[in-house]
Amino acid sequence: MNSKTLRHRLYVFLLVVPAFIVLFGVVVYPFFYNVVISLSNMNLRHIRDWKIVGFDQYVKVFTEPSQPDFYMVFVKTIIWTVVNLFFHVLVGVFLALVLNQKEIKGKALFRAILVLPWAVPQLIVALTWRGMFNYEYGSINLILTQWFGLPGVQWLKQPFEAFVAVIITNVWLGFPFMMVIALGALQSIPHELYEAADIDGASWFHKLKNITIPLIRPVMVPAITLGTIWTFNNLNIVWLVSNAGEPSDQTHLLVSFVYKAAFNFYRYGYGAALSIVIFFILLAFSLTFMRRSKATENVYT
Amino acid sequence: MGRKNNTKALRVTLSYAVLIVFSLVALFPVLQIFTISLRPADRLLSTSLEIIPKNASFNNYVALFTERPFLLWLVNSTFVALVVTFTGVVLASTCGYAFSRYNFFAKKLGLLSLLVTQMFPATMLLLPMYIMLVNLHLINTYLGIVIMYSATALPFCIWQMKGYYDTIPTSLEEAATIDGCNQFEAFFKIILPLAAPALVITALFSFMAAWTEYVVAAQILQDTEMWTLPIGLKSFESNMGSEWGLYGAASVIVTIPVVILFLSLSRWLVSGLTLGSVKG
Repeated sequence: MNSKTLRHRLYVFLLVVPAFIVLFGVVVYPFFYNVVISLSNMNLRHIRDWKIVGFDQYVKVFTEPSQPDFYMVFVKTIIWTVVNLFFHVLVGVFLALVLNQKEIKGKALFRAILVLPWAVPQLIVALTWRGMFNYEYGSINLILTQWFGLPGVQWLKQPFEAFVAVIITNVWLGFPFMMVIALGALQSIPHELYEAADIDGASWFHKLKNITIPLIRPVMVPAITLGTIWTFNNLNIVWLVSNAGEPSDQTHLLVSFVYKAAFNFYRYGYGAALSIVIFFILLAFSLTFMRRSKATENVYT
Repeated sequence: MGRKNNTKALRVTLSYAVLIVFSLVALFPVLQIFTISLRPADRLLSTSLEIIPKNASFNNYVALFTERPFLLWLVNSTFVALVVTFTGVVLASTCGYAFSRYNFFAKKLGLLSLLVTQMFPATMLLLPMYIMLVNLHLINTYLGIVIMYSATALPFCIWQMKGYYDTIPTSLEEAATIDGCNQFEAFFKIILPLAAPALVITALFSFMAAWTEYVVAAQILQDTEMWTLPIGLKSFESNMGSEWGLYGAASVIVTIPVVILFLSLSRWLVSGLTLGSVKG
């Protein structure tokens, strides 16, 4: 009896220990080490003989007159996140609604094709779109000039156009996720609800507003929270499409800005401080968003 | 009645039109990669929009294997991805089980911290771990990159596994122990096979995290012989004029297995993603 409980405890201990080691290694240690770096003067010259300098790096984040500065990049990141999420959800839910109609044939085929942008590795998406935005040989300009007779656009050489190009790429690759989530939610809505609404003579719009949207909302809210965090944090697309922030560091989001500071300019302390600022922005967003959306959670019950 | 049928026919036609237009938009960039990979060397930069270029050839594919260390990168990438997948599956399946079934010190805090990592900006893990790897002299080693990839993929995988185990009733283990299994056997023989869908997602997620990752690899692997596929791909792209065709061919080879895996598993992937947050 005694040896049995002992063995049970040993078993639980053996299962839990790896979990703790992993958590310590991938969450706790990097987090606190990052805090320490952010309070230090660590950079390429002081990688081993660094010392704690207090909040200097944080002051630099908010006040340093760099080109572009923190506030510019922050505003751009907000625009990027909002525009992307808006189109991801709009296009995704719209396509899910269209695809979910019972008259549509070949659903599986359409679904497979429409999921492709999500399935192709992001690196390849980014580099291929970068090629497509090339001024002379890229297919976007070829389509504009050859099919529509419009002038070609210098996509990657001007700040505004480069930012638009990055957003187009990310909208393309992001809508399938929302579409698949919305499709799953739509399929779980009981048919009787629509039949009852039909008997009452409800219009298409009324059914959308009073049945469909309230019922897919509890599934979409967490997906949108997740999507917002992923989009806000997406380093791959902006880094690779704009080729590390071209033209002249005008195309940056907060994450790519940190990456550049840390790994191209070796400003480790500054990069760590900026990382922590970004983390708190995201944490504040998630907490408020999840608290506000709590109200919608019990729609099903 | 006739009018109603007419509006219905119109709605269905419009729906097909919408689906076809969006399918073309989804397909076009993917077809571009094929087109580029088939272009002969003298027409790499072309202003034509044909999908199958004139004088299409597989020379780019041949050149990848004969003139470039592509096969080596393929082997490197496969090796790294398999090690990361193995680590991910072993650790996430056991840690997730511990979180699902047992009470222990700071369990809630642990679970919460797994969620919070999803809000970490990429550099928040990257920078401290990079400096740690520098200090441990693990830069330019596969051990270094495997640690990095496992660290980024694990929190999500553990969370996902825990969510799946939660849906399996504990009475199964109880029944198994009554039948004479010890606790480890109950987990290994009864619960783990039932959790196969979640294990598949964990494996896919870890594999993809390693197979197509560029920004971390570019910092850690420095010698050409050590490179993984994504770094090689990027090096072709940087040279847009002369090596654009190689880029296309390499992309096709890298993408095909991923797309097949993804399409066949996408249903499970979505349920795995939403399980943690939605219990409908």
